[in-house]
Amino acid sequence: MQAGDLDEESTAWLRRLDAASPERRAAERELHARLVRIALAEVRRRAASTPVTGQELDDVAHQAAGDAMLAILGKLDDFRGESRFVTWAYRFVILEVSSKLGRHYWRNPPVELDAGQWERLPDRFGMDPAQHAESAGVLAEVRRIVEAEFTEHQRRVFVAIVVDGIPLDALAAELGLQRNAIYKVIFDARRKIRRGLVAKGYLDEPGLERQ
Amino acid sequence: MSELDKLERFLHTDPRDAGCEEAMAVLHIYVDLIAAGEDAAGRYPGVAAHLLACGPCDEDFTGLLLAVASE
Repeated sequence: MQAGDLDEESTAWLRRLDAASPERRAAERELHARLVRIALAEVRRRAASTPVTGQELDDVAHQAAGDAMLAILGKLDDFRGESRFVTWAYRFVILEVSSKLGRHYWRNPPVELDAGQWERLPDRFGMDPAQHAESAGVLAEVRRIVEAEFTEHQRRVFVAIVVDGIPLDALAAELGLQRNAIYKVIFDARRKIRRGLVAKGYLDEPGLERQ
Repeated sequence: MSELDKLERFLHTDPRDAGCEEAMAVLHIYVDLIAAGEDAAGRYPGVAAHLLACGPCDEDFTGLLLAVASE
C-alpha cells in the first residue's frame, strides 16, 4: 500500500505513529484515548448480555483498550489501506472487548459448564410441548440426536451453547478454542439435526438447504 | 406462525456462510463499505450470510459500525 492510496486522515495517522515521528507519543495518547472511549461504550452496550458488571466492566474496557493499542502498534505494517485507518484500529478494540468479556464470564457465571439444562430448551425456541404434542416429539428427537449421534466434543459444545445458553466467546475461552472452532461445531450440529428431523418427518425436505 | 418456526430458523444453514475467521478478517472493510453506503453484502455475500447466523460476530459488527459512526 502506498501512502498516496490512503485517505488523508489515515495517512496522517501512519505518519504520526511512525517510530521516527516526533509526534508519535502524542498520536499514541490520542489513539489510546479513542480506544478507551470506544471500549467503554462497547462494554456498556453489551452490559445486558454479560454477567460482568460495575467496575469490572470498566476494567475490561481499559484492559481491552490497552491490549488493542499494543496489537495495533505491533501490526502497523500489516495495515494495507483497505479501510480507513481508524476502522482498522477500532476492530482490534471491539474484538478485545468480546474476548475479555468471554473470559470474565467465568468469574461469576450464571450457568456452569456442563449444566445440561435440557428443560430450558423449549423456551429457547419459543416452544410449548405441554400444548403441542408435535413440539414434544421434535424436542425429544433433537435430544436423541445430540446424545446418540454427536461426538463427545460436539455434544459438549452444543449443550453449552444451545441448551445452557453460555455465550460462545465464554465457551471458547474456557475450552481454549477459537470462536470459529465453536461456531463450526454448532454449524455442523444444526445441519445434522435438520437432516434427522427431516428423516423423521418433522421438517420438510425443501428446507434442508434453502438457497 | 408455526410452533417450529424459531427452531427451523436456527437449524437453517447458508452454504455461503464464510465463518467467523474470514468474516472478522474483513470486518473493517465491510463496515467502511456500509458506512459509505455501498453494497457490502453484495461484495461479501459470505460475510453477510455469516453475520445473519453468528450472534457474536454480529455483535462485533454492530459495535464497530457504532464506533465508526461515533467519530
